Amino acid sequence: MQFGIFTVGDVTADPTTGRTPTEHERIMATIEIAKKAEEVGLDAIATGEHHNPPFAAPANPAVLLAHLAAITERIILTTSTTLITTNDPVRLAEDYAYLQHLAGGRIDLMMGRGNTGPVYPWFGKDIRDGIPLAIENYALLHRLWREDGIDWEGRYRSPLQAFTSTPRPLDGVPPFVWHGSIRSPEVAEQAAYYGDGFFSNHIFWPASHTRQMVALYRRRFEHYGHGSAEQAIVGLGGQVFMRPNSQDAIREFRPYFDKAPVYGHGPSMEEFMAQTPLLVGSPQQVIEATLGYRDYVGDYQRQLWLLDHAGLPLKTVLEQLDILGEQVVPVLRTEFAARKPASVPDAPTHAALVAAAGGGGRDATVYAAADAGADVVTEASPDPSRTPEKDLR
Amino acid sequence: MTTRIAVITAGITEPSSTRLLADRLAEATVAVLGGRRAVSVEVVDVRRLAHEVTNTVLTGFASPALQERLDTIAAADAVIVSTPIYSASYSGLFKMLVDVLPRDALRDKPVLLGATGGTARHSLAIDHALRPLFAHLGALVVPVAVFAASEDWGSTDAGRLSERIERAGAALARLVTGAPAPALVDPFEDVTPFEALLADVAGVSGVSGVAGVA
Repeated sequence: MQFGIFTVGDVTADPTTGRTPTEHERIMATIEIAKKAEEVGLDAIATGEHHNPPFAAPANPAVLLAHLAAITERIILTTSTTLITTNDPVRLAEDYAYLQHLAGGRIDLMMGRGNTGPVYPWFGKDIRDGIPLAIENYALLHRLWREDGIDWEGRYRSPLQAFTSTPRPLDGVPPFVWHGSIRSPEVAEQAAYYGDGFFSNHIFWPASHTRQMVALYRRRFEHYGHGSAEQAIVGLGGQVFMRPNSQDAIREFRPYFDKAPVYGHGPSMEEFMAQTPLLVGSPQQVIEATLGYRDYVGDYQRQLWLLDHAGLPLKTVLEQLDILGEQVVPVLRTEFAARKPASVPDAPTHAALVAAAGGGGRDATVYAAADAGADVVTEASPDPSRTPEKDLR
Repeated sequence: MTTRIAVITAGITEPSSTRLLADRLAEATVAVLGGRRAVSVEVVDVRRLAHEVTNTVLTGFASPALQERLDTIAAADAVIVSTPIYSASYSGLFKMLVDVLPRDALRDKPVLLGATGGTARHSLAIDHALRPLFAHLGALVVPVAVFAASEDWGSTDAGRLSERIERAGAALARLVTGAPAPALVDPFEDVTPFEALLADVAGVSGVSGVAGVA
């Protein structure tokens, strides 16, 4: 099981001081948070993608992640999310493959559609095409990482003839992909079709909704022959604020909750905690609540928490990471491992994908299936629904 | 199988004439339907849900208590709505409830419209505000709607309110059962007995001057 954090890079005033950080401060804080996440032993850090204030998340997450790849050694770098709708899938294939090389394979990514309406027209798209864009663009991206010299034609970008995106994926193995969605069954269906991971945002919505989405993904994952429903790759979001004494946590977090752009001026913090996975309390309460998630989504592979938002100062966020790393995650690792049957796989890492593909050494100037040996020269273009290991043999 | 009628009422005061209209419309519908089948009536009083409806607009999801009420509406076989008319349209609170209804909750569903207001000069709000809203929602809106101005509760100048309610309830019942419209009455063949004409003039209630109520 992987544990990590995800950030949306919001630049929000601290309600207790009234001070808003500058964009530069926010960006540098994100770097500190990522370094700390690795230091306290977390497994993954995910960054959002934004194109509008008040966010200082990168417009192209690969820029931030390339920097993080250079200053960290172990933590998996990922996204929450990469916009599959308004980005050109060719650029996504190129940028993330390049990032994969820089990071030594220590990356994966999460596709999302984006919920800021004007971003679509700003990039020449129509929000009403959100689902078809996600379907077409990802189908192309999936091929670009697996085939050389592709001929392609679709509704939303110029056609490609004999196009090979470069660089080719590291070791000939594309990055693992998660698909994130709050409420679109089509996205759960898409993740299931490809045998990719499905990430449920989980926060802001009742658990009953998350249960329904994950159940759909698992059922369809099995339907498409990628394994049993229990073996599907599930990630969950979560949001916590912790102090040793739960009343202290509630007192300290309340002004941030009350003014938070996504929370404020609606239901009370207590109502939100009762109806959604928001947890403000002691580390022990966080451990118990997190273990409870598997009651409604089953054994899952990745837990990401949102910590750095609503104007919480950097110092507080770093303290939260200390608590996670020292008191919460070690217990959760042991407890989740004790509960998980051996038949349920871990989240795929680059090393695991390379091993599944029959080992490394497939990196090439421009990799083609034909490079692997004369015996497969006659093989036709791989079927995009096939698994990477099959494509590479 | 029980026919489920959901009643959405958006009156603010207690007691409320909007609620009174809603109840009367429900009674009139049940009076026609009830003879043929089991009928249940569930009232959704928006005033009591005001805070939760507001929260839902802000958060995107309904509390368990509100969700139960929304599910009641979505599962109903017919819906009766009753809203006060404010500033020439349905009340804001009423519209907020409509905004948080599950998608397609009213599609192809028989809906009877009722509204209340201080004066009959606002009666067309049903046609210029409510009908377009429910057309957008894909509801099967009953052609007969009832607007009850304050004066209607104590006057028969605009026709007896009770008769308009009876006609509207009967029309909703026909939509629910799929019953055909009643045959037209030929006034030269089926003449209204003079006792009835006399009773109407005398204001004696209980004599139907309306032909064709099923």
